[in-house]
Amino acid sequence: MKPPMLEIVNLKKVYPTKKGPFVVLENFNLKVDDGEFIAVIGHSGCGKSTALMMIAGLNDISDGNIAVNSREIDGAGPDRAVVFQSPSLFPWMTTLENVMLGVNRVYPHGTKKQREDICKYYLNKVGLGSALNKKAVDLSNGMKQRVGIARAFALKPRVLLLDEPFGMLDSLTRAELQDVLLEVWNKEKITAIMVTHDVDEALYLSDRVVMMTSGPYAKVGDVLHVPFERPRTRHNVNDDPRYYDCRGHLLDFLNGHDKDKTPEGLASDDDSKTATDSKNSNKSGPKSSHRSSHAQKELKYV
Amino acid sequence: MANKIINFLSFCGLTWFIPFVRLCAGENPKDQVRDIITVIGIPIIAILIFLGFWSFTAAQIKTSLGNLPGPVAVMESGRTLMDEHAAERTKEQAFYERQEQRNAKKLAKNPGAEVKIRKYTGKPTYIDQIGTSLFTVFTGFLIASLIAVPIGVICGLNKYVMTAFNPLIQIFKPVSPLAWLPIVTMVVSALYTTTDGWFEKSFITSAITVALCSLWPSLINTALGVASIDKDYINVAKVLKLGFFEKIFKIVLPASLPYIFTGLRISLGVGWMVLIAAEMLAQNPGLGKFVWDEFQNGSSHSLARILVAVFTIGLIGFMLDRIMVVFQKFVSFGQDVVSA
Ligand SMILES: Nc1ncnc2c1ncn2[C@@H]1O[C@H](COP(=O)(O)OP(=O)(O)O)[C@@H](O)[C@H]1O
Ligand SMILES: [Mg+2]
Repeated sequence: MKPPMLEIVNLKKVYPTKKGPFVVLENFNLKVDDGEFIAVIGHSGCGKSTALMMIAGLNDISDGNIAVNSREIDGAGPDRAVVFQSPSLFPWMTTLENVMLGVNRVYPHGTKKQREDICKYYLNKVGLGSALNKKAVDLSNGMKQRVGIARAFALKPRVLLLDEPFGMLDSLTRAELQDVLLEVWNKEKITAIMVTHDVDEALYLSDRVVMMTSGPYAKVGDVLHVPFERPRTRHNVNDDPRYYDCRGHLLDFLNGHDKDKTPEGLASDDDSKTATDSKNSNKSGPKSSHRSSHAQKELKYV
Repeated sequence: MANKIINFLSFCGLTWFIPFVRLCAGENPKDQVRDIITVIGIPIIAILIFLGFWSFTAAQIKTSLGNLPGPVAVMESGRTLMDEHAAERTKEQAFYERQEQRNAKKLAKNPGAEVKIRKYTGKPTYIDQIGTSLFTVFTGFLIASLIAVPIGVICGLNKYVMTAFNPLIQIFKPVSPLAWLPIVTMVVSALYTTTDGWFEKSFITSAITVALCSLWPSLINTALGVASIDKDYINVAKVLKLGFFEKIFKIVLPASLPYIFTGLRISLGVGWMVLIAAEMLAQNPGLGKFVWDEFQNGSSHSLARILVAVFTIGLIGFMLDRIMVVFQKFVSFGQDVVSA
């Protein structure tokens, strides 16, 4: 049994605020195997980005440990590539130069030609083979995020960290990019952790979905193993009879941990109970389970 | 073609000429004529009203040097200054020709003869003075930029350095060039003791004074620009473990160039304004000294000649600003920059 590629033990994050220390994460535990694709979902503000940036080494750890490949992390490094929500390409560089910047660091001994070939390979993979010399400022958002993906994979990281990478895109581009990401990932099988707020995206891409409880003191509340075989197509996944069960599971969790426990929130507590009930009673009919949880969701947001 | 020209003009901020280009390209003449009337007609009317007001008021004001000159007198003085310049250049050329002939004759008589080549030492013309002023202001501006940008970058990167520099910046920023000048003069006199140096002392004093007064906007804007770089850019630099200089030159500087150029633009404007005062006091042979000399001269043409200088200073300041705007747009990669 190989040791996990990423191991997070009792991770804690405290932000000092004007009103005193604010504990975002506490007792956050997670083990990720080599080549596993993890999706992280949770309500906005629960600490998903905080956790991800701590793994990246871009945010200090208050307590606990993060180890990559059995070695404790020490600051940021190219072994943990990050795809940010905003593409954060350098607009004064071309597509190729943006990817080269990282590749130059990671392959300092290669010739310029070799390094360029690496960049071109990944840029081709994300469908930008013909836009190598375009200035990043002239690319559409979707294209920018393609470069972001190429830039991250080109580093050959041990762990790939994605923080809602498609959050800013329209649904069509988003679906395109999910396919691009999945295709490149199928080739490379790099351990990946992706924060998303899109349940369908999580199910399409990941092997496991980690559900975080709402903050403060957020931790891993539940983990769902996604049963669909790889390689996946959107069609196969959506048509899988288990799909609605999985989807219902995630939505139920999110509804059960609704962020605002306002007076109306009492109703949501009731909802979550019925949600669990309906989940239990609806084992036989996955479609109806999905529908009922969907209906609850709508109910709540009216 | 027409579109390219239009893009270039709007890039330079010369929007006035766009309707003309459109008109030449045969684009809906009616619209273009209306555009021309609004963008050019209105300013021209305003200028005409100003000129009328000026000549009327000027005629009412009597000074010890005669009436305050009106637009016509100023125009004439301007022409006289150009004529004087032309005459001086002819004299200079004649001097060098004579010298050359003399030397040629000497060499013809005795090939081993020692020939002297003397420099013409006529008094500087108005155009020479403009040249001196421009050279001085650019020197001062260059010194200011070389100091302000690196310090600004360091301030922007590190909030402790910023905290350390902030009080100094706040205290020195509002100091007038007139206060710096005596100190700079004394220091330059003490340190720059060679008599056959490349530069006049007055030039060095003026340039340093310009630098002292104009470096603050560049420093502050650079620090602001560096401090407000997108966090994700810095994060990318951290993930890639870029070295300090690679980070500065590949990421920090390009990312904050729009701010830096906003600062440099303000600095150049301040420098040009300060220069005139500095030249007056330091007796650097530029426009400032011209104004001062004319004032001391006190002839009946003096006020008109000073007013020519006023307009020259204004127009050059305007042109310098336009040039900086072009640079500013050039480095801002489609991002919007503050422009006033
Ligand atoms: N630098 C900070 N200082 C104080 N509080 C912060 C800081 N960054 C994030 N937070 C708080 O921590 C919580 C988690 O933030 P974040 O990780 O961005 O959430 P998510 O990515 O899940 O939406 C939020 O409540 C946010 O307000
Ligand atoms: Mg987030």
